[in-house]
Amino acid sequence: MFFYKLKNSALLSGIMYSILIFACSNSYANVEPVKTTSSTADHTKFEILQNQFATGPDVTKACLSCHTEASNQLHKTKHWNWKFTNPDTGEEVGKSKVINNYCLAINKNYARCTSCHIGYGWKDKNFDFTSQENVDCLVCHDSTDTYKKFPTAAGHPNYKDKAFPKGSKKIWKAPDLSFIAQNVGKTRRENCGACHFYGGGGDGVKHGDLDSSLTNPDKQLDVHLGVDGLNFTCSECHTADSHEVKGSRYNITAKDTHGIDVPGRDDKSRATCESCHGMTPHPETINNKINDHTDKVACATCHIPTYARGGVATKMWWDWSTAGKKDGDGKPIKIKNDKGQVTYVTKKGDFKWGQDMVPEYEWLSGDVRYKQLDEKIDPTQVVALNTFSGSYDDPDARIWPFKIMRGKQPYDKGNNTLSLIHLFGKDKKAYWKSFNWNSSIKSAMDEAEANYSGEYGFIETTLHWPLAHMVAPKEQSLACDACHSKEGRLANLTDFYLPGRDNNKMLDLIGWLVVLGTLGGVTVHGFVRYFFARKRENK
Amino acid sequence: MSQVIMYKGFERFWHWTQALLIIVLLFSGFNLHGTHQFFAFEQAVNIHIISAWLLMGLWVFAIFWHLTTGEWKQYIPSSANKIIAMMKYYAMDIFLGGGHPHHKTRKEKLNPMQRMAYLSLHLVISPGIWISGLLYLFYPYWSDIGIGSWSLGGIALIHTAAAFALMAFLVVHLYLALTTSKEPLGYLKAMITGYEQE
Repeated sequence: MFFYKLKNSALLSGIMYSILIFACSNSYANVEPVKTTSSTADHTKFEILQNQFATGPDVTKACLSCHTEASNQLHKTKHWNWKFTNPDTGEEVGKSKVINNYCLAINKNYARCTSCHIGYGWKDKNFDFTSQENVDCLVCHDSTDTYKKFPTAAGHPNYKDKAFPKGSKKIWKAPDLSFIAQNVGKTRRENCGACHFYGGGGDGVKHGDLDSSLTNPDKQLDVHLGVDGLNFTCSECHTADSHEVKGSRYNITAKDTHGIDVPGRDDKSRATCESCHGMTPHPETINNKINDHTDKVACATCHIPTYARGGVATKMWWDWSTAGKKDGDGKPIKIKNDKGQVTYVTKKGDFKWGQDMVPEYEWLSGDVRYKQLDEKIDPTQVVALNTFSGSYDDPDARIWPFKIMRGKQPYDKGNNTLSLIHLFGKDKKAYWKSFNWNSSIKSAMDEAEANYSGEYGFIETTLHWPLAHMVAPKEQSLACDACHSKEGRLANLTDFYLPGRDNNKMLDLIGWLVVLGTLGGVTVHGFVRYFFARKRENK
Repeated sequence: MSQVIMYKGFERFWHWTQALLIIVLLFSGFNLHGTHQFFAFEQAVNIHIISAWLLMGLWVFAIFWHLTTGEWKQYIPSSANKIIAMMKYYAMDIFLGGGHPHHKTRKEKLNPMQRMAYLSLHLVISPGIWISGLLYLFYPYWSDIGIGSWSLGGIALIHTAAAFALMAFLVVHLYLALTTSKEPLGYLKAMITGYEQE
């Protein structure tokens, strides 16, 4: 009896204590955590999650005490390794390998870039990829929207309230790890979006079809994610097996002839449109022409009429060559346009932004290759950072819509290769400290064990981003005229005959000459007849 | 000279339905060709497809009618001399008020040049349009019938060339049909009522 009482009072005091802690320490008391109703586990009831956690890795250790294999699974994923060997091309890609035309690459910039890594502490190239506790469970499974990785903390959240940017009035509150750990759930749009909406350093910067407007979009913006419609989460299509998520921009399925995936039979992946819709999803009307197009035209081409149309602009141009300018007092410059978009900043150079953009279109068969650091480039040309094959005659290729990111970036002028930049960090070699291109390029190239000639220049580059999100309701999909017209969207794809756009100029010339000549001939014939008839009458 | 039924009911139905469909097909076809944008592309596609199937259906009946009634013999070419006489008539005598070398009867409705013109319409221009049009319509299935390497541009070229030829034919046809009868618009009346002086 005594024992029972003791147990009871311990429980009571435990509850009281939690309430007290919750009330005192929690600034998110008004946040209603989203509960997954179908789960058989209530994480608030797990004793190990009642602890106060000092750090993220401490939470992970608690998670692993039940989910014993979770970190082992994650260690095999692209999300963890930022490395991926393309099975078709053999090329090693991934975020730790490819060079883009935003901040170029992660070398020497780790602590900033890895604020979007699903781990803790990747602050230099010596990061331990075998560490179990450094897997960040919360960034994907937080359901409270209170967990945030601090922008410059190598994947850690801030454990004390902290201002960012440094010295500003924007205070990042330290998240309550215990509260978050007790309220984990399935991934939601917010979780994926925390990184994927902010790629390239800000909202909507990188992709154009992924930005914060997709957190709670209406179906006009995205027919799948729309909260007034299907209300999908990302994982509805980007299914995961052992934490490896389907869908890839490195190894693209440009044409999924496999069609609808049936669980039990052949459920391979749901990340293509065809996985659910099949290859002939359009109702057959008088014409069956729309289904006839699916062999050559990707779904996204007609069904994403424009991108960046949720009110968030995407970056279209980034010119590093103008970076480093300062005002008369030697202070950094920041220029905004009338829309409030930053068009120049000393650290980064010139920007152009776009909203509600019409995509550009290319044949894509899926074998995307990235320009490697040791690959020679032709600096007199615009350098394509990623390339792919595809043409009308290629049975695997279809016409896809793209955002093409353009800009100018430094390159190794002596070696005619791409270069990296050491941008971020406290040391003087960081461009954002010293504004010295040569030393910042050398620093990053040294770290990547790449040869740097010591001479840099600037080249114009392109980076192709295939579009797959912001699929509009069918009423808003493109009408035939968008392409089947003289100045249509496919004006640049000239390797095939496109009715309505193309004609044989010689045939048209001869044809109209024949028709109009005939018309002229019969008119003259008629007038002459009339003339002679009048003449006869007069006689 | 007597009033006879020159054009039977089916013949008139065939003529006018075909006339309407050909005009709709030409108009929607040049819409698709990009010559004008009266209809949206998809509408023009639908109009073109419906009219094409209707005209093909009509042709099936017309061929059956021609074969079973023996009317197909009307298109057998005349002798070269007679054709030359017709050409001379259109080039010379028609101005000078000379007599028509052909006497139109129920049995021989078509003059020697008409025979040639309609025969080439039926055997060259129309099949050119039908075959190229069907290939155009079923273009995604070319590889299934082993012609995947053919060029759509080539088929489109044939289809368009035939359309131009048909349009030129239509111009001459309208000119002759509307202006060369003895009484004004006599041929038009005959094609509407069926009756004409033999």
